[in-house]
Formats: sequence, structure tokens, C-alpha cells
Amino acid sequence: MLASSARDLPLFVHVFGAMVLVGGLLATTIAVLAARGDARVLRIGAMTLFFVCLPGYFIMRGGAQWIYSREFPGDPDDTPAWVGIGFLTADAGGLLLLISLILAGLGIRRQRGGGGTGLLRASLIISVLLLAAYVVAIWAMGAKPS
Amino acid sequence: MNLETVLPVRYRRAMELNDWLLALHLLSAFSLVAAIIVFWVAIVAIRRTDSPEQVVAAGRLFPAATAVVAIGSLGSIIFGVWLAIALDGVAVWSGWVIIAIALWVVGTEMGRRSGPFYVAAIDRAKELVAAGQTGPDAKLAELGRSQKGLMLHSVASIALLLILVDMIWKPGA
Repeated sequence: MLASSARDLPLFVHVFGAMVLVGGLLATTIAVLAARGDARVLRIGAMTLFFVCLPGYFIMRGGAQWIYSREFPGDPDDTPAWVGIGFLTADAGGLLLLISLILAGLGIRRQRGGGGTGLLRASLIISVLLLAAYVVAIWAMGAKPS
Repeated sequence: MNLETVLPVRYRRAMELNDWLLALHLLSAFSLVAAIIVFWVAIVAIRRTDSPEQVVAAGRLFPAATAVVAIGSLGSIIFGVWLAIALDGVAVWSGWVIIAIALWVVGTEMGRRSGPFYVAAIDRAKELVAAGQTGPDAKLAELGRSQKGLMLHSVASIALLLILVDMIWKPGA
């Protein structure tokens, strides 16, 4: 039982982080769609990127690497396609998240001077793309296509 | 359960009904949890401000999150029960499945009950904005910082977290 619990912990960490990340991205998506130019709503979305999506990403990606190092210790060519889809979306998504965070940070800073709405909107639109990519990743993790 | 069943090294066959059911169950579960997180974002934003305009802004997250939580909660239970019936070695009356269903009932009901507390705050904020009052309001602060609403939403969130624990460790399986 203890051995089984220890083996399942990385999966729990990975799924928990992914759920936090996707939840944050859904919040930012709703924010950019519901804002209708309201900078206050865009700001809520941008803050969500920093305080929900970023920690969620690190937990999800750390959990994924933990699972991979335990379950696929051999030749990387032997890993199934759905693992590749997962890593591709996670790593490319990480880069997009970074760009989104930089734009959000700049947007929040410029908001103090009355601007920044365009940067915040651009940041959140990237997070909409990220959400779409992670929905594909969730499907791949569940359905495990060859 | 061991990870080999979740993460098979070799997988060289077409997707079957059960694969689709699992994928749809997972997507629904993610939708449910994601919507709960959206509510958390809105609740934190409402609790941190005295400005009616800011409460109205946070309230704009609610309608879409309400739709997603409905789709996620129904999808997760429908596809989950269907999966439990379809899979060999799993039954709806398995202990861990019953635990998951019980936690789902607790989580969705507590989440449903928490909603009206924040809807009342958002409605009050809309009234204030419509009346041109943009300064702090005692009644709005009281509604937005409702301890009962926070407690109910926290219980819903904990129930969903326990479902994840139950799904992964499957006690008694």
C-alpha cells in the first residue's frame, strides 16, 4: 500500500497542477471575453496569470517530469505519441505562458498611467490559445492515442 | 492501481469507446475544477475591494463559470458512471466509486449553495453603480465578505480535491 501510494504521488501532483493551470487559464479566457474593454476585468485576468497559472504550470510540469523519469527511464524513442503530445504542449505552452506573463506585467505597469489595456488584452488572448492547447493535451492524456 | 495501467508504454491500437469515455470524463472533471477556480478568482477579487465597480467587474466572471460548472459537473458524473459500468474490474458499487459519487454530491451541492451569497453582492454593487455611488458601502462589504459563502465554497473545493485523491489512490480497489 505504501509503495503504491508513493508511486501514485507524482500523478496526483501532475493532475493537481494541471487542474490549477487550466482553471487559471479558463478564468483569464472568461476575463478577456467578458471584459468588453473594461480594464478592471482585464486586470483580474492578468493577476490570475501570475497567482494561479504560473504556480499551476510549475506543479504540473514538475509532476510530469517526475512521472516520466520513473515510467520511461529508457530510450526516448520508445515513448508513446501521447507522451510526446503532452510534453510538446507543456513546453511550448510554458514559452507562451512566459510571453503572456511579460505582456501582463507590462500592461499592469502601464495601467497606472492610464494605458496598458492593449497589452493586457494581448496577454490574455495568448492564454486563450494556451487553454485550447491544454484541452488537446487533456484529451491526449485521457484517450492516449497511439 | 499502478501507473502502468494509466501510462502504458506501448499503445498501438485504435481508440475504443472506453478511451473516449475516459477522455470525456477527464475533460468534464477539468471543466468542473476549472470553474471552481474561476469562482475562487472572482471571490478573492470581490473580498479584496470596497469598490462597487470592482465587484461588478469580478462578477462578469460568474455567468460563464456557472455554465462551465454545470457542464463539468454533469459530464463528470455521467461519463464517470458510464465508465464504471463499461470497464471490466470496476463497478458502480465499488467502494472508491461510491466515495467519489458521495463527494461529487457534497461538492456540487455546497458549490450551488455558495453562489447566492456572491450573486447578492454583485446585485448590490450593480444597484450602487446604477445609482452613481462608486464609494465604499457597508452592505456591499458585508455581502462580499460573507463567511458562510466562503465556507461553502471551501467545502466544495475540498470535496473536489478529495475526489482527485480518491480517483488516483482508489481506496479498497
